[in-house]
Amino acid sequence: MALEHIDDSEVDIVIAALQSDLTSFLNAWRPLFSRFHLIIVQDPDLKGELKIPQGFDHRVYTKSDIDQVIGPTTSIVFSGYSCRYFGYLVSRKKYIISVDDDCLPAKDNDGNLTNAVSQHLANLTTPATPFFFNTLYDPFREGADFVRGYPFSLRSGVDCALSCGLWLNLADYDAPTQALKPEHRNLHYVDAVMTVPAGTLMPISGINIAFNRALVGPALFPGLKLTGEGKLRWETIEDIWCGMCVKVICDHLSIGVKTGLPYVFRSDKGNPIESLKKEWEGVKKMEEIIPFFQSVRLPRTATTAEDCLLEMAKSVKDRLGGTDPLFARAAEAMVEWVKIWKAAGASHSTPGV
Amino acid sequence: MAAAATTTRPAVPLLKDELDIVIPTIRNLDFLEQWRPFFQAYHLIIVQDGDPSKTIKVPEGFDYELYNRNDINRILGPKASCISFKDSACRCFGYMVSKKKYVYTIDDDCFVAKDPSGKEINALEQHIRNLLSPSTPFFFNTLYDPYRDGADFVRGYPFSLREGVPTAVSHGLWLNIPDYDAPTQLVKPLERNTRFVDAIMTIPKGTLFPMCGMNLGFNRELIGPAMYFGLMGDGQPIGRYDDMWAGWCSKVICDHLGLGVKTGLPYIWHSKASNPFVNLKKEYKGIYWQEELIPFFQSATLPKECTTVQKCYIELAKQVKAKLGKVDEYFIKLADAMVTWIEAWDELNPPPGGKSTELPNGAAATK
Repeated sequence: MALEHIDDSEVDIVIAALQSDLTSFLNAWRPLFSRFHLIIVQDPDLKGELKIPQGFDHRVYTKSDIDQVIGPTTSIVFSGYSCRYFGYLVSRKKYIISVDDDCLPAKDNDGNLTNAVSQHLANLTTPATPFFFNTLYDPFREGADFVRGYPFSLRSGVDCALSCGLWLNLADYDAPTQALKPEHRNLHYVDAVMTVPAGTLMPISGINIAFNRALVGPALFPGLKLTGEGKLRWETIEDIWCGMCVKVICDHLSIGVKTGLPYVFRSDKGNPIESLKKEWEGVKKMEEIIPFFQSVRLPRTATTAEDCLLEMAKSVKDRLGGTDPLFARAAEAMVEWVKIWKAAGASHSTPGV
Repeated sequence: MAAAATTTRPAVPLLKDELDIVIPTIRNLDFLEQWRPFFQAYHLIIVQDGDPSKTIKVPEGFDYELYNRNDINRILGPKASCISFKDSACRCFGYMVSKKKYVYTIDDDCFVAKDPSGKEINALEQHIRNLLSPSTPFFFNTLYDPYRDGADFVRGYPFSLREGVPTAVSHGLWLNIPDYDAPTQLVKPLERNTRFVDAIMTIPKGTLFPMCGMNLGFNRELIGPAMYFGLMGDGQPIGRYDDMWAGWCSKVICDHLGLGVKTGLPYIWHSKASNPFVNLKKEYKGIYWQEELIPFFQSATLPKECTTVQKCYIELAKQVKAKLGKVDEYFIKLADAMVTWIEAWDELNPPPGGKSTELPNGAAATK
């Protein structure tokens, strides 16, 4: 597949360690991860040393590394899942793949272990088609193509910046949904990848994601921190907030976002009913966020991911900042992040197409 | 009649008195034999294209009405000019004369497909399921249709959008011979679609797609008048763009009226690959014109006064004439035909409690 023309040295795998013992996690991923460099970022709230099995080319970043590079900042908090963004910052690779540390490789409908890494890379290295929907899904997949009626001028597609994977077993539901159906597990392996159309918003989950760092690196940032944010995904919406920004930016820069394969197997964790109180804030905030993202427009002068993020931050501050300090802080965090990104020499940023 | 498959699923209503199956054909309808367990309870509207003197053989036991070109001319009079001849686009005449709330249309070279477990797929039941459950065009759900058994809305999906909107169109897919255009068929004559994608999804608002008429269901009350399949075939410069045209018009109108369009399951088994050289001749102009049509539809807006499908469609016809007329005078003819279609539709389908126009006698024959 696509790995033939991607050098292993172009890829970093970034893992946020929210648990200390990564042995079984990394051993499960060993066949797929071992050829790549791993950036493991330890949740600053997690005390003690991480346990990492032998045989991985990796580097661990801890709270002290974060403090050293970032310096004092009041708006960005790298705790919990957000610590992975530090990994994105220090990476110098073109492609990044990130999965939560409670996810394992998934099996397809025939019972075969799937290769989430090669699928993400295939998604990122074949064009996306955001301007017209192909009813046979990704036309660049083996055995598929553009259907009758698909305009020829749109068949070369655009660069794919983001590959959003899915989850078997514990799907990425919010706490109310999972609490209502506590036994519900996602058993549906849908054998498709597709481009999310331009102008369409979606919840981009951080659980199983990959992106082209050169195209959109700085646009993945730690921004929205809920007051009661916790260590379970359904107690957060930081990735959802970040994902909405990224989608608007990708639409603006005419680059693509794909969704679908690969799946990961997400282990059972947490009690949704207990999380309900915490997560309720996130659910309410989404209602305010959606109309904003549906209507935000970026100026034509914003041609890089950094520029776009700064413009987004302005809009967030102007239109949402006044309603809730949470958003005002998010806007500050976005501006701060761009400064940090530039200061860390993190970018060989490519102007948008 | 096949019932709902698993014990955990609620039974899908048959809708046998609310749904017509419209089939265009020029040959015998032997393919119906395979569909018998799934179709027999329903009323069929057969639109016979081509030579009206030919007799179409329908397998025993089906309840149907059949219209040939003579019937179409008789019923519509001069308005019959809007119905294509020598092209499956003529099927839309069936939509017009139907009196039911839902229509399912299928090509006569489409057969029952099997899912990966080997079980036969009741395509009609899936279309009904799609049409009776809401669509979600305003925000994309990454686990696809949230109303499906075993799925739901994902984290981050706003609760205020979880009720969805009514579904107007259910677009099914095809295993075996995929619906490729002629150039692709020529380059990949052996490619077969073997990938069963177990998903249904709403096509987001503002996004266009190529709608294929081979395996298509729709809510006639919600979107029927927009399902005009255009001027194709005999005497026309283009073919194989009938369903495309209807798809683009109806999607713009659905987006305007807040209705949903779904695509994905069910699959049927498409058995016949049409001749790619014949197809190329038919499509040739369309391939070029498409480049103008797409920007037109992508930027088409309808005024808020257009609150019914008919009003939307007439407005769209005006815009087609004004903006596409300069691409080719075919579009001027087409725009006029679009208006004629709406006039004919309204005559045959007067609003309930409206003027009591005697309906022309539609049924040409029953079993």
